[in-house]
Amino acid sequence: MAVMPSVTIPEEEFTYPGSTGCPGCGANLVMRYMLKALGERTIVSIPACCWAVMPGYWPVGCLGVPLLYTAFEATGASISGLRAALDVKGVEDVTVVGFAGDGGTVDIGLQALSGAAERRTDAIYVMYDNEAYMNTGIQRSGSTPWGAWTTTTPIGTTHGFKHEFKKDIMAIMQAHGIPYAATVSVAHPEDFIKKIRKAKDIKGFRFIHALSPCPPGWRMNPAETVEVAKLAVDTHIFPLYEIEQGKIHVTRKGKGVPVIEYLKLQGRFSHLTEAEIDSIQTAVDARYKLLLEKEASGT
Amino acid sequence: MRMVMTGNYASAYGAKLAKVEVIAAYPITPQTSIVEKLAEFVSSGELRAKFIPVESEHSAMAACIAAETAGARTYTATSSQGLTLMHEVLMWASGARLPIVMTNVSRAMAPPWSVWVDHMDSIAQRDTGWLQFFCESNQEVLDTIIMAYKVCESSGVMLPAMIIEDAFILSHTSEPVSVPDQELVDSFLPAYAPEYKIEVGKPMGFGSLVKPDQYMEFRYKAMLGMKEARNRFLSVEQEFKHIFGREYGGLLEHYRCDDAEVVLACAGSVASTAKDVVDSLRARGIRVGLARIRAFRPFPHQEFRALGAKVDGIAVLDRSYTFGAAGAMFTEVKASAYSGQNRPIIKNYIAGLGGRDITPKIIEKIFEDIQLVTKRREEPDVEWVDVAGLPRRWR
Repeated sequence: MAVMPSVTIPEEEFTYPGSTGCPGCGANLVMRYMLKALGERTIVSIPACCWAVMPGYWPVGCLGVPLLYTAFEATGASISGLRAALDVKGVEDVTVVGFAGDGGTVDIGLQALSGAAERRTDAIYVMYDNEAYMNTGIQRSGSTPWGAWTTTTPIGTTHGFKHEFKKDIMAIMQAHGIPYAATVSVAHPEDFIKKIRKAKDIKGFRFIHALSPCPPGWRMNPAETVEVAKLAVDTHIFPLYEIEQGKIHVTRKGKGVPVIEYLKLQGRFSHLTEAEIDSIQTAVDARYKLLLEKEASGT
Repeated sequence: MRMVMTGNYASAYGAKLAKVEVIAAYPITPQTSIVEKLAEFVSSGELRAKFIPVESEHSAMAACIAAETAGARTYTATSSQGLTLMHEVLMWASGARLPIVMTNVSRAMAPPWSVWVDHMDSIAQRDTGWLQFFCESNQEVLDTIIMAYKVCESSGVMLPAMIIEDAFILSHTSEPVSVPDQELVDSFLPAYAPEYKIEVGKPMGFGSLVKPDQYMEFRYKAMLGMKEARNRFLSVEQEFKHIFGREYGGLLEHYRCDDAEVVLACAGSVASTAKDVVDSLRARGIRVGLARIRAFRPFPHQEFRALGAKVDGIAVLDRSYTFGAAGAMFTEVKASAYSGQNRPIIKNYIAGLGGRDITPKIIEKIFEDIQLVTKRREEPDVEWVDVAGLPRRWR
């Protein structure tokens, strides 16, 4: 008889029913796995983003940890203030988490994020990346990938999809010299939880980049959230890796599935021509090669 | 202990005596020496606090908000562009009912660049839900910071306060300041112990989403807090006087107003100059007085209504201008007096913008003018004073 592998995902839940997230929301899973890994002694600060709405209307909430809402651009500052207050009160065993979307991280929140990282704030910053301003209704962000349709990059008659590349937030954070950064996927919960636990045990500023499929924004089937997240890893569009003390370690060498397999499940890429898809493939291959080279060279 | 110090050091000593626990600040002229001094207090161990050297004023306030939510007494200081950059989070602090205290060194807004005194920055924060106190002296700066924590942290108030120092005139000018003993301050101001704070084991949301059938009640309660701030400030100042022997006259200081025919209303350091002018005019038998606006929020409407019933004319000197309207202090004073029995003539004088000196001569001219328009019962205009190109009498 086959032996079941032991389950490393904690059973205890800190996300309860009542989230107002859309069906198939990837960000629901990001929060769920993150809190499973961190446990009860966690305080989370959330700026304007989907998760500012998803806990539900006052006076109820669907999370089992305290939440401090903050302004869109202020997550880095908010977690700095929380940590300072806990320090001055002598509270040491609490994990302070900033939990922000991609717009609130790579665009409007980049300054406060950079400040918090530079000050070596003892906190974990989690960016759930749904690759556009989804809470306001699918507007392009600095994290929207090349080729994607959004409401502010409409196709029109000029082929007006997003013609700029996604900001490499992991490289930006690496340049801050932080002790730990990692990418995580909702398709790989064990890897996800392992990385968050590792981050929890490190002191200083830690950064987590979670790809967070958004069925309404990505124009995809809500039942395929995990499948799409899995393909993002397997195509090398979203490789899973860690940066520990500046050194890159790829934690899952995906199979190198053609990018078309990922793109074709999402309506936001449906306008792309074959040549454009080829150019995405070329760019993804080059970036992945560079990542492996960085890993090999220890940079 | 009596020391000679600038207004900025008076702010720093005030915060230190209040035993602030978290300071988050960003440099800006002419505020910087406040937080430099506080950084020094923290690094020398004289003040047991965390100093967060943030990367912007917006982050300074956001960090104070988070720290205060976690139960720490917080302080920051800023000026001008920095204060206006904070605008969004100023509203956050009051909406979240956090008794943060901040010094604003009031300075002109760019463009054109100016680092000198002007009240536009503070006045532009009128509607943010902060208590606003304009100071006349360095001693008042120090004392008001200590009083502000006590007022703001009262359970019926729970709103933030801004202590306003005039750029350079107070911030960089040294005066003798009496620094109270720490034990006395401790007896006056207990440690901050909020009813609610963010802590593990209590999974609450701070600042959650509310529906239209819930939002107004939050604003209504903040309004009640500001109403209570008025009463609280008056009683706290009396308590302060009892312990420290100093007081400043409540929300509106009356200087030789008793039998005055006309009074000048103004805020900030110019009041010192105006008091000298009042004395010299009084010596010549001219019945003038000074009403110094200490609190811009909550505004001393009751005090002005009472004063308006006794005098024939009020000259309101604004060190800022609200475009399309008039000086903001003037608008408030006029609104206060409107419902009174015996409405005085009220005229607005705009002076001293961008650090221009408001000399005794200019104040004398304002007194002459208000006497004249009061006698003629003229419907007054807003008068810009001491501006190139204006008629000779205002130069």
